[in-house]
Amino acid sequence: MATESYPRTVLYCGVCTLPPEYCEFGGTTRKCEEWLEENKPELHKKLYSQEALEQNLSALSLDAQKRAEKDSQKKAAKAAAAEARDAETRASSKILIKRIERNKRKYVTAVQGLEAFGLDIKKVAKDFGKKFATGSSVTKVPGGGEEITVQGDLSEDIQEYIEENYKNVPDDNIELIEDKKKKKAEQQAV
Amino acid sequence: MFKKDITSGAKSKVKSSVQRTIRQKVLDAYPLLEPYIEDILPKKEQLDLVKLPDRVSLYTLQSTPLFFQHMDDAILPHLTIVHRYPNCFPRLRIDRGAIRFVLSGATLMAPGLTSPGGRLPGDPNDTEGRYGKEELEAGTPVVIEAEGKETACMVGVLKVGTAEMKKTKKGQACEAGHYLGDGLWTLSL
Repeated sequence: MATESYPRTVLYCGVCTLPPEYCEFGGTTRKCEEWLEENKPELHKKLYSQEALEQNLSALSLDAQKRAEKDSQKKAAKAAAAEARDAETRASSKILIKRIERNKRKYVTAVQGLEAFGLDIKKVAKDFGKKFATGSSVTKVPGGGEEITVQGDLSEDIQEYIEENYKNVPDDNIELIEDKKKKKAEQQAV
Repeated sequence: MFKKDITSGAKSKVKSSVQRTIRQKVLDAYPLLEPYIEDILPKKEQLDLVKLPDRVSLYTLQSTPLFFQHMDDAILPHLTIVHRYPNCFPRLRIDRGAIRFVLSGATLMAPGLTSPGGRLPGDPNDTEGRYGKEELEAGTPVVIEAEGKETACMVGVLKVGTAEMKKTKKGQACEAGHYLGDGLWTLSL
C-alpha cells in the first residue's frame, strides 16, 4: 500500500460515469458491460467473470438478493424509459433560427430550441459570439424559455456552425425562418 | 444533499488570501494530504468558486472540482479527489447490501457499517490497519468505501461517533453528503 504512487488514476465508465466496479448498481448495466469489454478487456474479465458474479451473489441472503434484483430491474426500466423519452424529444424538437429585421438593413438572429439537444445555451451563446465576433446573448422569450440572440444576419452561418459542431443535432431538425415584423407596424397596432 | 441534478450558479475567482485559508483548512481537516497538497491546491494556480443551490460552494481548479462546503460546515472532498488519494482520508467500509441504498442517496445507517462486511476503526478483521485504530467522533468527515470495491462511493459527515455506533448498532450513521452518480458527480463545469 505504502509504495503506491499518487495521484492514482481511476478509470471511469464511459456510459454511466461511475467507476466500473459500481456499474452494476446503475440502471444501464448491460451497456456499461459492453463498453468495458470494448475499452478495457482485462478489467472486464475481472469484473464480469463467472466467479466474480457468483461471489457477489453469495454475499447476500436470498431474501436480500431478491429485493436487490427487483430494485435493479426497476432502475433499469426507469433508465430505459428516460432514454426513450429523451430520444423522442430529440427527434421531435426543432431548432429555429429566426432572422429578425431590426432596422431596414439591420438584422438580429434568434436561435431557439437548442436546450432540447442537451446543449447549454449560455455556453453556446458564448461560442457564437466568439466564432462570429458579434454580440451574442441569452434572452428570455415572452412565452417562457430562453433563446440566443446574435447581432447581425447570421442565420445561414449559424446553421452551418451547428451542423458542423454539434453532431448530435440532426440536420433536418434545423429550420430557418424570416421574421419580418416591422417595429413601426407593431407600434401602430398597439 | 445533491440528490437531484443541479445546475451551477455564478463562478467567481477566489482571492489568493482566501485561497491560503482554504488550503490551511483542508490541511487541518485532512493532515494526511500534506505531501500532496501542492498537487491538489497549487499555490500559484487560480482557484474558482462555483455557487451551487442550497448554499453549497464548490471549489474548482480549471473545471476540475476539488472540494465543496455547505455554508461554514466541514469542507468535504469531491469524490474524484478521494479516488485519486484514497489513503488520505478517514475511511469506513459498508457491506455489499448497503451499496445500492447509498448509491440512490439514502442516509447511511449503522448496520451497514457494523455487519461483518462493514468496517469501523479498530476492526479485528482489518489486518492492514486500513481503516485506522482510533475511534472517530461525531461530526468527522469520512469517506465511505464498499465491500469488495476499491474505490470509495460516498463522502459524508458522521452523525454518531464510531464508538457509540459499535454499541448501539442502530440508527443513522452518516449523513449523505456526496455519493457516486449524484448531482454533484454528474455536474459538468
